Amino acid sequence: MTILTFTIILLLGAYLAGLAGSLTGLGGGVVIIPLLTLFFHVDIRYAIGAALVASIATSSGSASAYVKEGITNIRLGMFLEIATTTGAVIGAILAIYTPVNLVAILFGVMLIFSAAMTLRKKHEGALLEGSKLSYKLKLNGSYPTKDGMVDYKLKNVGAGFSIMTVAGMLSGLLGIGSGALKVLAMDTAMKVPFRVSTTTSNFMVGVTAAASAVVYLQRGYIDPGIAFPVIIGVLAGAFTGSKLLMKIDVKKLKLIFSIAITLIALNMIYNGINHKF
Amino acid sequence: MKTKETKKMTDYDMEQLIGQVLRYGVLLSGSVAIIGGIWYLFQQGSRIPHYTKFTGEPAGYTSFNGIYKGLLSGSATEIIQLGVVILIATPIIRIIFSLVSFIFEKDKLYIVVTFIVLAIILFSMFGGLAI
Repeated sequence: MTILTFTIILLLGAYLAGLAGSLTGLGGGVVIIPLLTLFFHVDIRYAIGAALVASIATSSGSASAYVKEGITNIRLGMFLEIATTTGAVIGAILAIYTPVNLVAILFGVMLIFSAAMTLRKKHEGALLEGSKLSYKLKLNGSYPTKDGMVDYKLKNVGAGFSIMTVAGMLSGLLGIGSGALKVLAMDTAMKVPFRVSTTTSNFMVGVTAAASAVVYLQRGYIDPGIAFPVIIGVLAGAFTGSKLLMKIDVKKLKLIFSIAITLIALNMIYNGINHKF
Repeated sequence: MKTKETKKMTDYDMEQLIGQVLRYGVLLSGSVAIIGGIWYLFQQGSRIPHYTKFTGEPAGYTSFNGIYKGLLSGSATEIIQLGVVILIATPIIRIIFSLVSFIFEKDKLYIVVTFIVLAIILFSMFGGLAI
């Protein structure tokens, strides 16, 4: 295979990754790593570099739209970014001491968890009374719905912050956005309405990934020959996805995607255990 | 948008500004990557890729200095890396814009919060974590 064929297939794959990532809310990184490692047999370290680039591209690309609509809670995102960036730096340091096959196994486990998270029931309700800390830190907000602006409050700030640190760590170690863990922290622990937690999580992914990308760039994980088809493909895919999202019912798609991802994850774990990386 | 009347004007302004920063950053990065990429394929498209073994990228791609030098000599791979650097810089610039907005809003708490996030990223960048 020449570089030209490699680039064209990767471009197509990255496009599908961006498309699927934006339709299901999982981000571009989760598909990029298995595509590169299992299909192209690229070393997982280059794959992690590429996934970070993909995560930043999807996050920034779609956040630009969500932020303007006023759904994203910028203060909440900013505050929790303290946790995720700290985690990301820790993750980037841990990566030096983590054997690649363990990285592959962890990635597989994270993938299965993400698949399960996309299928769970979402709660759309807004809390009327928040915890003391939520007022002190000005984390409560309002967001536009079909029935006008809805105010919401949140609680369990400490628990949310702790889960976010773990999410950041995994993001730094695996190169993915760990959107599933971020949504878990905001949705399940802090009781943020679903649409706010998804968009705020997406908003945070860019900064979290950038915190570890600056390290990985210097370590030589980000190869230009892999990065450019990934950036272009993922951006184009995410753009198509955001247009399609309004028109199609993603329920079935999410189910199919979750099953596919679980199979890929099992493959990664199997290969990881057998030291195929 | 209806949000205009219900939100404080300043917060609304910040949202629009951040949206623009992210959009232009992504567009610029994508364009630079396309230019570098086409040139790269033109030069090396018929060679065989070598990614099965991790060697780490040569110094030229991994430091600002190296990328700058490569750009001066018109190297395709460094043009792509410039696109990558712009992409990574986009969320960081977004933080700087938020910091400025919070200063305008005189929101002391969030000036501090934003400053901490910025400091962590700068530490990650220059803290010698690359090893």
